[in-house]
Amino acid sequence: MPLKSPDELEQLRTKILEERKAQGEKKGIVLCTGTGCRGAGASEVFDAFKKALGKKSAIEFKSTCCHGFCERGPITIVEPLGIFYQGVTPADVPQIIAETVTKGQVIEKLLYRDPATGQTIPTEKAIPFYTKQNRLVFGNNRHLDPTRIEDYMAMGGYKALVKALFHMSPEEVIEEIKRSGLRGRGGGGFPAGRKWESCRKAHGDIKYVICNCDEGDPGAYMDRSLMEGNPHSVLEGMLIGAYAIGSSEGYVYVRNEYPLAVENVGIAIEQATKMGLLGKDILGSGFDFSLVINKGGGAFVAGESSALMASIEGYVAEPRAKHIHMTESGLWERPTNLNNVETWANVPVIIEKGADWYASIGTQGSKGTKIFSLVGKINNTGLIEVPMGMTLREIVYDIGGGIPGGKRFKAVQTGGPSGGCIPESLLDLPVDFDELTKAGSMMGSGGMIVMDESTCMVDVAKYFMHFLKDESCGKCTSCRDGTLRMYEVLDAITKGKGKEGDIEFLEEIGWMTAEASLCALGGSAANPVLSTIRYFRDEYEAHISAKRCPAGVCTELITFTIDPKACIACGKCRKGCPTEAITGEKKVPHKIVQAKCIKCGTCREVCPSDAVKVA
Amino acid sequence: MGVHQVTASDELLKEFSEEQLQQVDAIIERYQGKPGSLIPVLAEVQGILGYLPHEVQRRIAQGLNLPHSRVFGVVTFYSFFTMVPRGRHTIRVCLGTACYVRGGKKNLDRLVQDLGIEAGDTTPDRRFSLETIRCLGACGLAPVIVVDEDTHKQVKERKVREILQRYE
Ligand SMILES: Cc1cc2nc3c(=O)[nH]c(=O)nc-3n(C[C@H](O)[C@H](O)[C@H](O)COP(=O)(O)O)c2cc1C
Ligand code: FES
Repeated sequence: MPLKSPDELEQLRTKILEERKAQGEKKGIVLCTGTGCRGAGASEVFDAFKKALGKKSAIEFKSTCCHGFCERGPITIVEPLGIFYQGVTPADVPQIIAETVTKGQVIEKLLYRDPATGQTIPTEKAIPFYTKQNRLVFGNNRHLDPTRIEDYMAMGGYKALVKALFHMSPEEVIEEIKRSGLRGRGGGGFPAGRKWESCRKAHGDIKYVICNCDEGDPGAYMDRSLMEGNPHSVLEGMLIGAYAIGSSEGYVYVRNEYPLAVENVGIAIEQATKMGLLGKDILGSGFDFSLVINKGGGAFVAGESSALMASIEGYVAEPRAKHIHMTESGLWERPTNLNNVETWANVPVIIEKGADWYASIGTQGSKGTKIFSLVGKINNTGLIEVPMGMTLREIVYDIGGGIPGGKRFKAVQTGGPSGGCIPESLLDLPVDFDELTKAGSMMGSGGMIVMDESTCMVDVAKYFMHFLKDESCGKCTSCRDGTLRMYEVLDAITKGKGKEGDIEFLEEIGWMTAEASLCALGGSAANPVLSTIRYFRDEYEAHISAKRCPAGVCTELITFTIDPKACIACGKCRKGCPTEAITGEKKVPHKIVQAKCIKCGTCREVCPSDAVKVA
Repeated sequence: MGVHQVTASDELLKEFSEEQLQQVDAIIERYQGKPGSLIPVLAEVQGILGYLPHEVQRRIAQGLNLPHSRVFGVVTFYSFFTMVPRGRHTIRVCLGTACYVRGGKKNLDRLVQDLGIEAGDTTPDRRFSLETIRCLGACGLAPVIVVDEDTHKQVKERKVREILQRYE
């Protein structure tokens, strides 16, 4: 039955909470089955728990989406003690139930071990990866079964909506968002309140709000994890935004590659509609709002605002010039307000806790928190949420646990294909929208890829340019050809065919591509190249003049040899070599026949005595 | 017009069953007259047929009253749509940034060499289709290769062959 008033909503919440209280501090198991943990085998663990617990178990078993600490998956938490287990396998399940759940005993071997101290840490709260975070938006993932609206309600869900609908005018909501300083989390960092205001003021009876869950950055997955793990928080944000703007129809644009996000947001919409939180006359307020899911076809440029709207209309996703703002004439030429998933998910938090409270977190120009996907050559890979202004050093070393294998930090790439690489000398940079831009990079959607001494910066620039040349929609010559030319030059450099003047040439086309292109894809396409030239020019020069790849990545510029003194003649490399390029027998140091070597690096990987050298 | 329709179906019946085509027509009918329906129709039809050859595109274009060129444009623009039949197994190599810096490209090179096809193609025996994807959201497990529904984590180049042997 749809709820007809805020009172009915509160009664329902009270009922849910009382039922939960009556059951007492229930013993429970929380298993993360987010994409990362699934990849690590969480589905099998899920089945094992289901089977072991049976149907009518007194133990509550909950499967949630991403908690963020993907490196250690599958993750299991035993409640009420909050015991944190990592790398759980189906074989561990009986022991977890028999010992930890039933008797409260901790299983040492499943605990997280702090690499710094060697000590095991029994609870999530005490793990350094979590202690420095401030998980305003992402934190609830851990407590929610995203397919149960009751879980969201129990955590105070839809309270902010009631506050907005019944205690604030649309103008007051906009004022609150403006005062909070919330800036768009999808890339550009445009102030959300101002965008809402101009859409509210735009002429037209029908207005749209859209949630951008296209998540095109190839190294980021926070939008997906929010959508999968806490879809109601996004819906609640959109409802509040729609009320403020005066819109009654919305779209959620999710990429097709995210089936679980599509499924979970679909379930959330269905449940919210049944409860009367979506549809006509929501909670008796007179406000109507309905939502449709639109699946994207997989094109990076489709995440750009005008291209995304073209895609919803059923056209190829080509951006258009924005002489007229989307807030005036967007989808079907009607006023349209587009925000990113994370932006929407911040809205209920701001409305509930107030703009002043929110604005007390972060820096002068960037308020609140930001979710980053901290990945690459880093010990604690995963999703993190930190207050704006935290330094890169704190992120990489305190939360990320530093670089694996004792290697040296080289750079962190932020902002995805539109961003740039930030070197070691800027590790103390406070991370916010403006500081990253000043450093020649970008906040982007929050990808943060850590690179170590074995990453070649020219190769990284080439990687992004390959991506961009593929993804340029082709509408502007400057972008279509500029990205292609930059790619060709970078490719030549990595193959030892670089020549004097290439760097200056790259700088010139980079500048031209940025100036002459219509949308931000071309506008920022040169960032990966220009930022690596700016901070790692010597690496470019080594490739061009000395025909050398200092990181040992560019295959045309390196040779593999075996140091006869270090070789223990174990034969591992000989067996592993896919082209049979290694000769030698027992007790005789091995050799690589250069003519056969394809430089795949397998020998170096399998060598137990570090005898394979790259130069 | 009518004659054309018959030949188109004949062509289609070589590849697809009567029942599949009926399902396709039902999808088209469901969306007829609704704005913005082309992409959802294509996605659903591809879900049934596995791919979108010209004849199918023509049928959709007629059904939705759109020029074939517009349908063709959309199919070739978005990476999700394909005009060639798929292999029995789909290998997806993640080339997201995290997987790339941890060795995803090497795995792809190995596959391209072993299978003798480029990314985006299918082996002549239709055993494997090879694709690249960008960030699966499993960066903690980088580099990642997904075969059908199975995610293979932290894949080393020398393990690639072993993995393929599991799929016939
Ligand atoms: C090439 C390109 C790709 C983009 N991809 C995304 C994306 O995947 N997700 C997203 O939220 N914003 C993306 N954006 C930014 C959007 O254009 C838009 O600014 C954003 O969705 C607005 O929401 P926000 O103000 O809440 O950030 C992209 C922009 C460009 C130029
Ligand atoms: S980059 Fe491969 S899963 Fe994220």
